[in-house]
Amino acid sequence: MTPDNPSGAGLSPASEAELAALIAERFAARLPLRIAGGGTRVETGAVPGELMSTAAIGGVVTYEPGEMTLIARAGTPLDQIRAMLAAEGQALAFEPADMRGVLGRNGTPTIGGVVAANASGPRRLLAGACRDHLLGVRFVDGQGRVLKNGGRVMKNVTGLDLGKLFCGAHGTLGVLTEVALKTLPHLPDRCTLGFHGVTVEEAVAIFSAALATPFEVSGAAFRDGSAWLRVEGLGPQMTYRRDRLLALLAPREAEVLDDAATLALWPELRDLAHFAGADAPLWRVLVKPSDAPAAARALQALGGEASLDWGGGLVWYCGPGTAQAVRQVAPHATLVRRGGLDGPAFPPEAPAVARLSAGLRHRFDPAGILNPGLMDS
Amino acid sequence: MSGIAMPSPDAAILARAPQIVAALRDVLPADAVISDPEETRAYECDALTAYRCPPLAVVLPRTTEEVAAAMRICHEMRVPVVPRGAGTSLAGGALPTADSVIIATLRLREVLEIDTANRIIRVQTGVTNLSVSAELEPQGFFYAPDPSSQLACTIAGNIAMNSGGAHCLKYGVTTNNLMGATVVLTTGEVVELGGPEMGPMGLDLMGLICGSEGQLGIVTEATLRILPRPEGARPVLIGFDGAEVAGECVARIIRSGVLPVAIEYMDDVCLRAVEAFAHAGYPDCAAVLIVEVEGSPAEIDHQIARIREIAGALNPVEFRESRNADEAMAIWKGRKSAFGAMGRLGDYICLDGTVPVGQLPYTLKMIGELSRQHGLEVANVFHAGDGNMHPLILFNANKPGDLERAEAFGNDILRLCVDVGGCLTGEHGVGIEKRDLMGKQYDGPDLEIQMAVKDAFDPRWLLNPAKVFPLDASQSWREEAAAR
Repeated sequence: MTPDNPSGAGLSPASEAELAALIAERFAARLPLRIAGGGTRVETGAVPGELMSTAAIGGVVTYEPGEMTLIARAGTPLDQIRAMLAAEGQALAFEPADMRGVLGRNGTPTIGGVVAANASGPRRLLAGACRDHLLGVRFVDGQGRVLKNGGRVMKNVTGLDLGKLFCGAHGTLGVLTEVALKTLPHLPDRCTLGFHGVTVEEAVAIFSAALATPFEVSGAAFRDGSAWLRVEGLGPQMTYRRDRLLALLAPREAEVLDDAATLALWPELRDLAHFAGADAPLWRVLVKPSDAPAAARALQALGGEASLDWGGGLVWYCGPGTAQAVRQVAPHATLVRRGGLDGPAFPPEAPAVARLSAGLRHRFDPAGILNPGLMDS
Repeated sequence: MSGIAMPSPDAAILARAPQIVAALRDVLPADAVISDPEETRAYECDALTAYRCPPLAVVLPRTTEEVAAAMRICHEMRVPVVPRGAGTSLAGGALPTADSVIIATLRLREVLEIDTANRIIRVQTGVTNLSVSAELEPQGFFYAPDPSSQLACTIAGNIAMNSGGAHCLKYGVTTNNLMGATVVLTTGEVVELGGPEMGPMGLDLMGLICGSEGQLGIVTEATLRILPRPEGARPVLIGFDGAEVAGECVARIIRSGVLPVAIEYMDDVCLRAVEAFAHAGYPDCAAVLIVEVEGSPAEIDHQIARIREIAGALNPVEFRESRNADEAMAIWKGRKSAFGAMGRLGDYICLDGTVPVGQLPYTLKMIGELSRQHGLEVANVFHAGDGNMHPLILFNANKPGDLERAEAFGNDILRLCVDVGGCLTGEHGVGIEKRDLMGKQYDGPDLEIQMAVKDAFDPRWLLNPAKVFPLDASQSWREEAAAR
């Protein structure tokens, strides 16, 4: 068990009220807390303070398939939500990854953790990120106040959208206790087109061509010399899209994976099975898709391996290189698995942006007790 | 002037008007500053025309640098700033105060970059919504958000209000299609948020700015996500003899896995007005749904067959398919002329609340009861797929007290939306129109934290004054800001 695995020890309030009382106490005493859901997504080992998990604040509040709306408490296991949605033919369209393999963890991923990390898998390309599906939040701020923002409906412009801030804030602005998310129909038919023996440049060219079509490619990833396109649809829609894409990309030869093979492949790509079980640093790099080949080659020159997702918009790099060396070729790199590297995990912000972010943190967490330094060190 | 109060202008600022205008003229081109009362009157209101007040001056910059220069002057001289796009807000989001300077984005009209390989367009934010899609048409792409004012409204206004449109059921609203923003802060400092990458990397400040109604800064340039045009689109029209069963049909379509791009709803009052005005040939029934699906001809046929099956189980009075472009246009004709048709019946105010889709039938029934209580007629025409309602309350502007009665009726409807689990505004924004209802949706501390966020961006509280937050709730923040 790793030292910052929350399933082993630490605080675990059983309700929102308990959580609020606990944070109010820590606020008064100026004592930091290391916040986690299931502790499966982010390495918080360097954050000072006692570990506190929201895993015990769980349970689905409401799920209305006809409204495409789910409200769940933060500690609800992601698997429970997936199963419940699947029974109604729906899913979280942003396809959050399971990072346990990559980070060597054995906790239980929670929906609160998904939102706090804005965790978004291959389908982000088509469906948007977690942030795009978040309808509302309840949270406890750094003073122990229970607050809410947004709601449960899809169109809502009432006041400032604080949900966007919380999605990807990794618990630094407040601790999520409840999230409302949009669910979407799970398209019943799917296949994958595989292009083998291609360079990273060719892969991005394939992605760019496929993504300029109206065929709603829902995954475009590259690893080990193979580029993969996922095609989904309703009945004849899928086969039509598949055939049009094959024609467009001809004379390139493509392997066509069937439904079962597609269902097996994409979770592997999503969860970075190819970089699991290793100790080397793992970097997540956001780039303009057309810059992906150059970024991937420059990173590989440091001695490791790179793979692509989001049609090239996301480059993963696993391998050696100092933080400085990696950020020199990829300024927007986030360190996901430290592999022995120290220093900030998140890329530095421009001074004016950093000042705004600091101003916001100060207002949500005036004593600086919520995951201090995780995002802004 | 009716129910919604605006703070009285700051006499000290009014007294310094000549110096303020002179300072703006010092840093901006001659034609970019307007202070002649004859000319500033053109900016005295937006599309919420019952409320009017000419500003102290209007600034019409052409570049981010000019916006920044104007903001810097206003910050230094402590003059309130009212950001303005095309002025099409239905919520009074661009209503000036007499002591304010309007900074309008109308002349920021450059398309900066179209990059289909990366599926983005970069524009100055004074371009109109429709012109963005028009620019993209030769490349086979489009920009998805399509508010009904899209001919006139600007991207700046779309970002400020997080605008939606009829097609957002499938494609999302502005925030889901905005990737980067150049923002001028109240101090005149310029920050770049987001960009062509699929961020965010730190806190999602761009997501916060989108929909903030000019409370946090002015967006001068934007990177927008663009999408390949669908091969085709076709609507079907389904008539029902009851609101409840129409609402059930919406929920069943959504559950089925068919995801239409739009599901529009019109009630009997609206249908009769539309028939009299546009002769669209709509059935005479309690409710009509227009459902549009996209794809290749075969894909469309398949989806329409599914919808026919779903609707058929609910005994519709009519199920009308469009087999060609003319028939498709005929189906949309009435819906698109709905607002014009209602205008022929008299004056109206257009509301904009959202309710959970499952609450649509109950909400419609209650709106009918409120209509009888208030003695004013109401028509319902709205985006049913996402529960975004637009009740139109009919009144007579020449009849003393009628506007106030209509506003009171409207407020009751919006309270109802919140009571059934929805919200005060789905796409028009709070502005001044719904400002005083905010306490209905948000408890004191929930509003406080939003005002704390505003305070972090705008410590002097100069940006878009007296909007969004109830005046009594914001009073202590404003007083503290004035003392800084």
